Amino acid sequence: MKTTTPSKLEKILAAGHLAVTSECGPPRNGRADVVEHKANLLKDHVDAINVTDNQTAVVRQCSLACCIRLRLMGLEPVLQMVTRDRNRIALQSDLLGATSFGIHNILCLTGDHQRFGDHPGSTNVFDMDSTRLIQTIRQMRDEGRLLGGYELSEGRPRMFIGAAANPFADPFEIRVLRLAKKVAAGVQFIQTQCIYNMEKFRLWMQLVRDEGLHEKVAILAGLTPMKNVGMARYMKNRVPGIDVPDEIVKRMGGVPKEQQAEEGIRICLEQIEELKQEQGVRGFHIMAIEWEEKVPEIVERAGLFPRPKVNGAQ
Amino acid sequence: MIMAKPKPIDEVISEINHFDSILVAGCNGCVSVCEAGGLKEAEILASSLRIYFTKAGSRKQIDEVSVTRQCDKEYLRELEERMGEYGAVVSLACGAGVQLMAEMYGAKPIFPGVDTCFVGVTEQHGVWSERCQACGQCILASTGGICPIARCSKRMLNGPCGGSEKGKCEIGVLLNRDIPCGWHLIYERLKALGQLHRFGVPSDDKDWSGSRDGGPREIIKEESRP
Repeated sequence: MKTTTPSKLEKILAAGHLAVTSECGPPRNGRADVVEHKANLLKDHVDAINVTDNQTAVVRQCSLACCIRLRLMGLEPVLQMVTRDRNRIALQSDLLGATSFGIHNILCLTGDHQRFGDHPGSTNVFDMDSTRLIQTIRQMRDEGRLLGGYELSEGRPRMFIGAAANPFADPFEIRVLRLAKKVAAGVQFIQTQCIYNMEKFRLWMQLVRDEGLHEKVAILAGLTPMKNVGMARYMKNRVPGIDVPDEIVKRMGGVPKEQQAEEGIRICLEQIEELKQEQGVRGFHIMAIEWEEKVPEIVERAGLFPRPKVNGAQ
Repeated sequence: MIMAKPKPIDEVISEINHFDSILVAGCNGCVSVCEAGGLKEAEILASSLRIYFTKAGSRKQIDEVSVTRQCDKEYLRELEERMGEYGAVVSLACGAGVQLMAEMYGAKPIFPGVDTCFVGVTEQHGVWSERCQACGQCILASTGGICPIARCSKRMLNGPCGGSEKGKCEIGVLLNRDIPCGWHLIYERLKALGQLHRFGVPSDDKDWSGSRDGGPREIIKEESRP
């Protein structure tokens, strides 16, 4: 398969390997060592590391700065970018800045509403949404033009374009249409919302395949291991757009407290095994929230280690 | 009052082209004051459409009507009997009226005939201008009765910016019209009121959660509910 950018993630997918990505959330302060530490935990076991962009609308160290840090460490970042906080001027400016540091993966998101975060009285921008952001980057990269028409005769972004998809939000039948829209806009990889309801995910994948979308976009299945039954309950009841079946909560609660973390990891590993067989799943995005140290173990026990080396990757 | 302006007729035509019978529905509320969507404008639009389609050799039934307010169900209900006669409706109400009509007449295609613009005032006959952005938390008490959210182009809370010149806003040059600097007006008014001390107080961050930024809004007055 032909690649379009210098992205290592793209090369791994193009070579037919199952990709593994993970994420690190920046701290709520200006310390330099937090992201560096998290990245060091992850770096040998994943192909690329997402950096979240003020997730849940809570102010954190900026995603771009942290991605630059990863890049300077010689790692492969995925720049998450939400359209909630910046208008088209700032977004394009950040894309050019990211390009100048050799950041070649981006995840386009609209972003959680700021009322969920720590500044509920702030304005939101939403000058564009995630689908428009995909189109914007594609235009800058492939046509060499900013939205305002200015020609990028040099220094175009060379980004492998990603986006999120949530197979569990309502209405279910619109989810595949929305994915199709992102594909039409130019998205190349998808990292899904974390999956707990396997039955619904498989149904979604079937619909994705029915539309032939699995051949147009690389779908990485999103997984978040549960630390304990409290987290399972919280995800089930409090986090919008996440579908945790009762069996999972029951299973987590069915083992003694000190064994719940291991149970959460086992569930995650069983999911990976099952998803390896699912046609169209091209890899895994393991979001171990404030639990990055468990990612290497999960990757190894899932038989996804060592990570493949690809030629020409930076 | 909510101000609107008529949509270009070509835009209306492109939406209703495929229907044989169309009702142009005016609203006697705000949009009639700004001469965009009252009975008179409904008559003008309906007649322009009739002329257009007749010239184009297309036979269509195009009628007009106007109701007291399209933002109230009781007035929209007056259209119930006539609705069946038409394939589509062009509503000249503001966006709120168009939507309420669409909600009430679910199966009927409803198209907007005006662009809803702002909450404003009549400056003089034929001139309407913006005064309020319905931000949900009025600060006019501290700004001499002049709103910086609506009248400063940067909606600054501690203006004016460096682009204010001779009482005019810098973006007026681009738009080729005189735009008073909102903060210049506020300053002059506070001075006249003997309240300049208010100008010296840095504002707190504005709470935008009562504005559009907080999501679709609703007001409930319990004692008025049935």
